[in-house]
Amino acid sequence: MNLTHRILAGFLFIALAPILAGLLAGLDRIVSARMQGRIGPPLLQPFYDLFKLFQKERIAVNRSGHFFLLGYLLFTIIAGVEFFTGGDLLITIFALALASVFFVLGAFAAGSPYSHIGAERELIQIMASEPMLLMVAMGFYVATGSFQIGAIYAQPTPLIATLPGMFLGLIYILTIKLRKSPFDLSTSHHAHQEIVKGITTEFAGPYLAIIELAHWYETVLLLGLLYLFFAPWPLLAIAALIVVYFLEILADNTNARLYWQWVLRASWTFTAIVGAGNLIILHYINRGGTP
Amino acid sequence: MHLPLFLIFFPLALAGLLAVVGGSATARSALAKIGSGVVAAGALALYWTTLHRDAQFFALNESGLSPAILGVEILVTIVMLTIALRGRQVLITLLVLAQAALMGMVEFGGHAHPRVAAPLFVDSFSVIMALIIGVVGGLIVWHAVGYMPHYHHHESAVADRQRSFFASIFLFLGAMFALVFANHLGWLFLAWEVTTLCSYLLIGYSRTPEAVRNAFLALRLNLIGGVAFAGAILYLVRTGGSLALNEIIASGQGAVLIPVALICFAGLTKAAQMPFSSWLLGAMVAPSPVSALLHSSTMVKAGVYVFVRFAPILQNTTVGFIFALVGATTFLFASCIAISQSNAKRVLAYSTIANLGLIVTCASVGNAQAVWAAILLIIFHAVAKALLFLAVGSAEHSIGSRDIEDMEGLISRRPKTALAILIGIAGMFLAPFGMLVSKWAAIEALMKSNPLLPVAVAFGSSATLFFWSKWMGKILSTVKGPPPSHGPVSMQEKNAMFFLSALTVGLCAIWPYISSASVKPFLIAHYGTFVEFNRATILIMSIMLALIAALPLSLLYKGDDKLRITTPYLGGANVLERDLFTPSIGLTKPVAIRNYYLTEFFGERRLSRVGYGASLALLVVLTVVVST
Repeated sequence: MNLTHRILAGFLFIALAPILAGLLAGLDRIVSARMQGRIGPPLLQPFYDLFKLFQKERIAVNRSGHFFLLGYLLFTIIAGVEFFTGGDLLITIFALALASVFFVLGAFAAGSPYSHIGAERELIQIMASEPMLLMVAMGFYVATGSFQIGAIYAQPTPLIATLPGMFLGLIYILTIKLRKSPFDLSTSHHAHQEIVKGITTEFAGPYLAIIELAHWYETVLLLGLLYLFFAPWPLLAIAALIVVYFLEILADNTNARLYWQWVLRASWTFTAIVGAGNLIILHYINRGGTP
Repeated sequence: MHLPLFLIFFPLALAGLLAVVGGSATARSALAKIGSGVVAAGALALYWTTLHRDAQFFALNESGLSPAILGVEILVTIVMLTIALRGRQVLITLLVLAQAALMGMVEFGGHAHPRVAAPLFVDSFSVIMALIIGVVGGLIVWHAVGYMPHYHHHESAVADRQRSFFASIFLFLGAMFALVFANHLGWLFLAWEVTTLCSYLLIGYSRTPEAVRNAFLALRLNLIGGVAFAGAILYLVRTGGSLALNEIIASGQGAVLIPVALICFAGLTKAAQMPFSSWLLGAMVAPSPVSALLHSSTMVKAGVYVFVRFAPILQNTTVGFIFALVGATTFLFASCIAISQSNAKRVLAYSTIANLGLIVTCASVGNAQAVWAAILLIIFHAVAKALLFLAVGSAEHSIGSRDIEDMEGLISRRPKTALAILIGIAGMFLAPFGMLVSKWAAIEALMKSNPLLPVAVAFGSSATLFFWSKWMGKILSTVKGPPPSHGPVSMQEKNAMFFLSALTVGLCAIWPYISSASVKPFLIAHYGTFVEFNRATILIMSIMLALIAALPLSLLYKGDDKLRITTPYLGGANVLERDLFTPSIGLTKPVAIRNYYLTEFFGERRLSRVGYGASLALLVVLTVVVST
């Protein structure tokens, strides 16, 4: 990609990602409703919600809240731009973690017990999912010799063939990242299992809208990461994304929230087995191939 | 030539002067202030005069000087022996005697004593170390001038021995300068032992039973390393090897791997790697400036210094890989244990141990990129950690506690101290530290070795994210109205915290310059290559760093009339805005928020045991590898 293409890709991500993720969220709600025997809202409902939130009165518990949420949104967008312009995968993952830290700090700063619990639980979720994300980057590196997304994308054979463990691990932590049950510890779409509203308890109106928007950007980025495993075969890639997302919705509607202990232990164990396992096997195969 | 000698001997002379006239508070504080300024200025002058120049070796008349060196060596041994005997420390006595016996065999064992034509040298890495010792160390001394009177005000039971305190600190700085300028291994070893001795004196400052116990622990563990170091020198003398650092590094891996392994083993003890990490945790009984000094600019940095020096020898060897695994184990376990700690100083200590582990791992892997990461880690860690210890020390005086739970809402109680802590923490795990080095350069460099190492880094760095974030959250979260805090912060403490904060932020901006001006020449000299960074990567990082720095400015925006400030939801009716609430049963209850410590996962005892076991097993393997 030359510079013009990169700049264009960056702007396309900023403009299109919310539309794509909003539609996906609408679809998610319809499918979830059908699973629960309801008809569900219109497809565009997430957009109506978002616009309505932006129009509401600004109420907050302190003046520093908007600063942290701005950081959350900005760094999520930077992560996405870095990714979709073919930049460095490690930096993408770092920017994403940085964004989450801003979100967590915003909730801590609110000084409310409920948002505090949510923030602590969000931190546990970050800690549970971060090693796997980093390991996916390492897996791509061992398979392709580069952390540059451009180079990874340009591979002639799909990386799923050499990195099946990484793919499984990524799907696993995607449940955490998409805030789906059973891993929706910090805040949930399901009211029945929520401690008030978790990490978002003290955010309302436009502030809540910013959080939702950042989450949409993050969703598109994570799906892009899944896409990389099938990059040479776009149709298969899209089919895989649809299957994976459907499975996430299914898991969301058939599970209750788990204890955080279980989430942390299971995520780290699973990451160590499929992530590190895949990495080490691949490393020794590669070394055997080229003495 | 003059500057390195000046940097070594000026602090030593000042230490002597302080020992004589340091009894008077005015003389002491004046001397310490002048001294801290002079060492900082000297280090900066050294930087300017050596910029863009190759390594310089200074030929001295070694045979003329060696009786003097031997005399100092014997003096240090006698002092240590006296300390051990007076404290009835059997093991320490034996270790000192073992070390003396080894060095005796070197001196009088009938071996041809190898000449070192140039016992002192300066290259760009020693200049970086000198800057850390001089500037960061100098700021810590400056802080101590204001801090120590407060310390004695709070700890009225502790005898005021500030005269020996400041003398020991300058002795320490002089020894550290000698350590990084020494090309003669025997001289390096002497400086090494003096730093061990100084850390003993400073840790035991308060003379409480706990302080005495921990001071002996530090002495014991560091002497184990000292014996290994002496063994390395004897091995080199016996096999007819050179004692000049540059010749050892140039002689190739096969010939010197055994003595290098011994010296790096000594480095493990000094850099507080598992299983020798306990002394650094014990060291926090000392006044905060001592902790800052031990953790950031001196002592532990001597340990990682030898790793970076010998990185070309360790590269691609089994010995190097085992050292890298010890470092990775330490990084992983220390980071996890830090989650379970609520004592701020213990969190900082575990984070130091973890970061030193990462440095050891990178240096032991030893390729150019890994060494680049190791050196940048050394720089960033020194600045940010010094700031954190000093700020926590000042916070402790104003809130009367070093528990993180008691720092709730520090941002509204002590905004400047809180800001210093926040900058320090951000420096440690966000920018530039986390993004630039531990997550990016280190992982990229370690990938070229064995995947086990970056896997350990991935898990460990996720743990660091957890404990730093929740600490930041505690400082930011304001639940109650500000409880009273007492005592003003002295001018010197404020100066030191301000400069270190500015340095931490400044490093975000100037790291590409440091990398090309100081780290690049060192790597070119030893590897012939330098990893140039992708310009797009530097650009995106700079954008992110600038944003992190600029975002707090949005707090200044106060013109938001439409924003309605309300009270948080407490699950009942709020009383007094946010301090109290009335839940459904009708009693009025105070609001209390506590952090997660996840002790069932990250409990100190359990994880320490596993970490010690794993690292001990690695050291056994190392012994087997070296001896076969």
